Amino acid sequence: MVTLNDYLFVSGLLFAIGFAGVLLRRNILIIFMGLELMLNAANLSLIAFSRFNVQNGVPDYNAQVLVFFIITVAAAEVAVGLGVIVALYRARQTTHVEDLNALKF
Amino acid sequence: MLIFACMVVVNRNPIACALSLVISFLGLASLYFSLGAFFIGVIQILVYAGAVMVLFLFIIMVLDLRAEARRRLNWLAFFGGVVVLTLFLKVIFDVSYGFLGGTVAFPAVTNPPHSDAWYIGLTLFQQYKLPLQVVGALVLVASIGVVLLSKRELK
Repeated sequence: MVTLNDYLFVSGLLFAIGFAGVLLRRNILIIFMGLELMLNAANLSLIAFSRFNVQNGVPDYNAQVLVFFIITVAAAEVAVGLGVIVALYRARQTTHVEDLNALKF
Repeated sequence: MLIFACMVVVNRNPIACALSLVISFLGLASLYFSLGAFFIGVIQILVYAGAVMVLFLFIIMVLDLRAEARRRLNWLAFFGGVVVLTLFLKVIFDVSYGFLGGTVAFPAVTNPPHSDAWYIGLTLFQQYKLPLQVVGALVLVASIGVVLLSKRELK
């Protein structure tokens, strides 16, 4: 029997993995992928709660609409972030966060 | 899914990271299907495994990234990260095992008369008309911003 806790646990683990990626990696693209993993972990727990909160025989669709909005905003955020990374690479020829330690150059 | 998510973090080659991320997202979409959220699962595959991943691979190709060279580890940052992660995992364990409401089975969905895309469309266009338009404006602004960002001469 699969319960809500199983989904929440997977979601928490996924968030922790993304968090580890953000903390431990030094390539800025991989840090970005970790951010995506964390967003998706939040989406998974929202969908699980939506399925758990059944009213009148149908799941709670407010949560799924929220997930829809999150996915849209995340796609826009990925586009902007990758644009920033490309601009950064053209200016500094690196994607390592340790080489990017100056606020102004 | 979790294994491939780990491989995103562990792999040294950015292309391998991006491809493991695709597989991880596909696994996540299958979890959505198992929860009965078919519309969101399809959106997940289209947007994440399709569009976002093509964008990532394209950027990796443009920047011509090699496999990351092994660098001197910053031990202080490493231990800080490990401590933060351990505390975080402990919080997750405590919360999910203390949450007794989560140990009962999912309530049954009693044969809804419409598909789940029907319900999402109804909620989206009746209850969330204004947020939908705001998100549309946000995506427009983001696309214009990206074009400006990549066209501008940098110094």
